[in-house]
Amino acid sequence: MGKKEVIVTVGLKEGISDPEGKNVKKALSLLGFKEVEEVKILKSYKITINENKCKDIDEKVKAMAEGLLTNPVVHDYEISW
Amino acid sequence: MKPEDINICILRIEGTNNEQEMYDAFKRLGTKPHLVHLNELSSLKPYQCLMIPGGFSAGDYIRAGTIFASRIKSNFMDELNNFIKEGYAVGGICNGFQVLVELGLLPGNPKGNGTITACLSRNDSARFECRHSILKHVSSKKCVFTSLLPQNEQLIVPSAHAEGKFLLSGGKKAYEKLEKNGQIIFKYVNYKGETNAPYPWNPNGSPYNIAGICNKRGNVFGMMPHPERSFFSKNEHGYSGKILFESVVKYIGGTF
Repeated sequence: MGKKEVIVTVGLKEGISDPEGKNVKKALSLLGFKEVEEVKILKSYKITINENKCKDIDEKVKAMAEGLLTNPVVHDYEISW
Repeated sequence: MKPEDINICILRIEGTNNEQEMYDAFKRLGTKPHLVHLNELSSLKPYQCLMIPGGFSAGDYIRAGTIFASRIKSNFMDELNNFIKEGYAVGGICNGFQVLVELGLLPGNPKGNGTITACLSRNDSARFECRHSILKHVSSKKCVFTSLLPQNEQLIVPSAHAEGKFLLSGGKKAYEKLEKNGQIIFKYVNYKGETNAPYPWNPNGSPYNIAGICNKRGNVFGMMPHPERSFFSKNEHGYSGKILFESVVKYIGGTF
């Protein structure tokens, strides 16, 4: 038991427009990367957790993601350890 | 209640702005506005109205308004819910609107459990949009912030935001319900007054051109453009951003 790192990656749900991604795709295309078909912007949070202070670590991280890191109307998220 | 007895809490944290314009707006109407930092707020009891100003609270990290909302949740959410239940007025302008949405107070849900049902998402243009918007007052119901403004009256109010696209969970039906309830207060229109006017009249791509909404009861209100910045710029019928502040002062004066 000690410190554990978790990465929560937040992205927009399917069907929600991603104007930043579209702009990045356009910029890449202008630089000559014509092969790029789509760009989606994701945001990652690397969270270090003290396992000694946390019994139900999976539930806690889920609660963090749903309670603060995402807005359920537009976001999906993935947790990776 | 006389205007001089009305206490307005204008809530700040690091990164809020336009609170001074909001303070001046209420001061000009003879009320007692107070600029209060969240860390200094011990109770809402002295106040009849809570205003959350614009800006980039806490750097708009995570999402616009999210950190301000989470700090309110951890500090005095129960008291704020009671404040609203008692009929006191709560208003959010721009970043303040984003905060009220992230708190689950707008558009609000029947259970009142703070579930988030909307989002002010990134503008379709993917950039900060800063220009005057024409807003049509579309609701016939009486939101306490627009009760003195006739239906279909139009105001010219500055917009200045990067995340103002109002998205609602539940799709078309949810928007229709909001409209039916009279909760959609302002829509972006063009110079012809058309409520389906595209960009740049609608600066962010909000479906149904939504610029401002209220809760079902009408005492919690949020809008993206800044009426406090257009206090003096009257339209041809003599209306300006001032009318929103006059409306809420009249409501408080007549109710409490």
